[in-house]
Amino acid sequence: MKLNKEEQSMLNGEMGEPRRWAIEHMMRVGQFFDAPDFVEVTQAHIMADTESLGEAGVAFLEKMAAAPLVDRLVRIPMITDPRGIDFCHYRRLKQTDAMASLEQRAIDAFESLGIVMTNTCINYQTIMPPVRGEHLAFGDTGVVIYCNSVLGAHSNFEGGPSALAAGLTGRTPRYGLHLDQNRRASKVFNVKWQPHSLSDWGALGGIIGARTGSYWDVPVIDGIESRAGSDELKHFGAAMASYGSVPLFHLVGITPEAPTLDAVCDPIALVTESVTETDVDAFFARYGGKGDKVDVVVFSAPQLSLLEMQSLANLLDDKKIHANTSLLAVTSPAVAADARRAGFVERIEASGALVLEGMCFYQSYAREMGEANGWKRLMTNSAKLTNIIGGYGYQPTLSNMENCVASAIAGEIV
Amino acid sequence: MTAIELRCHVGVGPEVSGEALVTDDNFSARYDLDRIAGIFSRPQHKLAGQSYVDKIMVFNTAKGGVASAWMLHEMVSRKIAPKAILFNSVNPILAQGAALADMALCDRFEAGDVTSLIRSGDRVTVYPAEGRVVIER
Repeated sequence: MKLNKEEQSMLNGEMGEPRRWAIEHMMRVGQFFDAPDFVEVTQAHIMADTESLGEAGVAFLEKMAAAPLVDRLVRIPMITDPRGIDFCHYRRLKQTDAMASLEQRAIDAFESLGIVMTNTCINYQTIMPPVRGEHLAFGDTGVVIYCNSVLGAHSNFEGGPSALAAGLTGRTPRYGLHLDQNRRASKVFNVKWQPHSLSDWGALGGIIGARTGSYWDVPVIDGIESRAGSDELKHFGAAMASYGSVPLFHLVGITPEAPTLDAVCDPIALVTESVTETDVDAFFARYGGKGDKVDVVVFSAPQLSLLEMQSLANLLDDKKIHANTSLLAVTSPAVAADARRAGFVERIEASGALVLEGMCFYQSYAREMGEANGWKRLMTNSAKLTNIIGGYGYQPTLSNMENCVASAIAGEIV
Repeated sequence: MTAIELRCHVGVGPEVSGEALVTDDNFSARYDLDRIAGIFSRPQHKLAGQSYVDKIMVFNTAKGGVASAWMLHEMVSRKIAPKAILFNSVNPILAQGAALADMALCDRFEAGDVTSLIRSGDRVTVYPAEGRVVIER
């Protein structure tokens, strides 16, 4: 890779050990993907939960945090993805003091590096939405696909170590979605059915993600007539990234790089696949569970926006969650503060539900929580969560927010 | 015993040898594994119930989230990890994770579908710096 003088200085260790490690790490990744050089980035966002960091990851961060101040501070604005713990509620969730202790060590290390603990996977709705063409190093697949697709920014999936390296150096290897030629569509989907609920959008994203199936393919989707607002595209993108590891989509007439189909591909050269109502019905049917006792209903992955919190409060007014069922609503600290001020948190919790902030359900020791609480059957309106949570020992059911709430009240899947 | 040599893109990590465990399924450390027990835990995964410890894993591609980047490092630290991972095509996350964990990882095989070229049980040596994999069966 071609290095400029400053990058060479970092590699030589002249700007401290953290930046030497960072540039060397990114050169390994860049050479793997044939990056010719680095591109400067304006923001970084890092996965911060201790379930994925583990003791080894936290010790790695602490070693960085022990470097002299001038060597260790990140050079660009850098924020965090959800943590694994809500310190106000972890005992109620039957998470352990050891988990909380590891989490606190991670927070201390992140803060020593100059990283702001935003604890959110909806920073594009709440913190600092990127602008078109902005180069970024973002570290949550849902964040990356939204910022690339809906906002026209440029980011690869940056795992924790690479996001940290980008924060320390202010750059990332120029490969993947930093290059315009990799943003052209390679698969065309014509949608013959219109999504309405957020779970519909998630299902559609999941179907297209699974059929796209590769980080290096870009789907363009035509035929959408439904309203596609921020929460809809949040669920759509998060599910697509989860089912297919896809970092970018184009929606014809909706997303900025695809005013027309021709703008992002040569449609004659590509085969067009259809997505029909039958496909969507089959997607929902995979998860089933109707009539089963439901142990836990989860609204999370991605964290809820203020408007989703309002919808949930409206559905739960004057209702009580079944004694044998838990309902968890997970959001960011910023949204939680607004939702508290607006009275949504109080209204949601009056039903017996619990509002959690700064975490995300599947990033929060979901296996241990499930075993400790006896949670097996999980219901959610997040297609992304249904895709992930089976590996943690749960039986997921996907439905819209209204059915999830009705099931939480009934204690069984309606 | 015969030896078959495969060429691939230059990878990351050290030279390693071990027994192959092969699937045409995809891979995420977060979605698919019980990382404490060292087995594939997602019921829908084609290797559900099987151990990945010290294996040369062979998959089609990577899927899902960014967590795998931290998780490979954490798995290696506890020595409950594969020795190497080979893909037809990998996403940035697994490459970044392998770079941090110093785990052998390669993709882009010249001879085609690596999940067909290597069989479970084969003895495999991976030379990431050379972009070379040798199969003995």
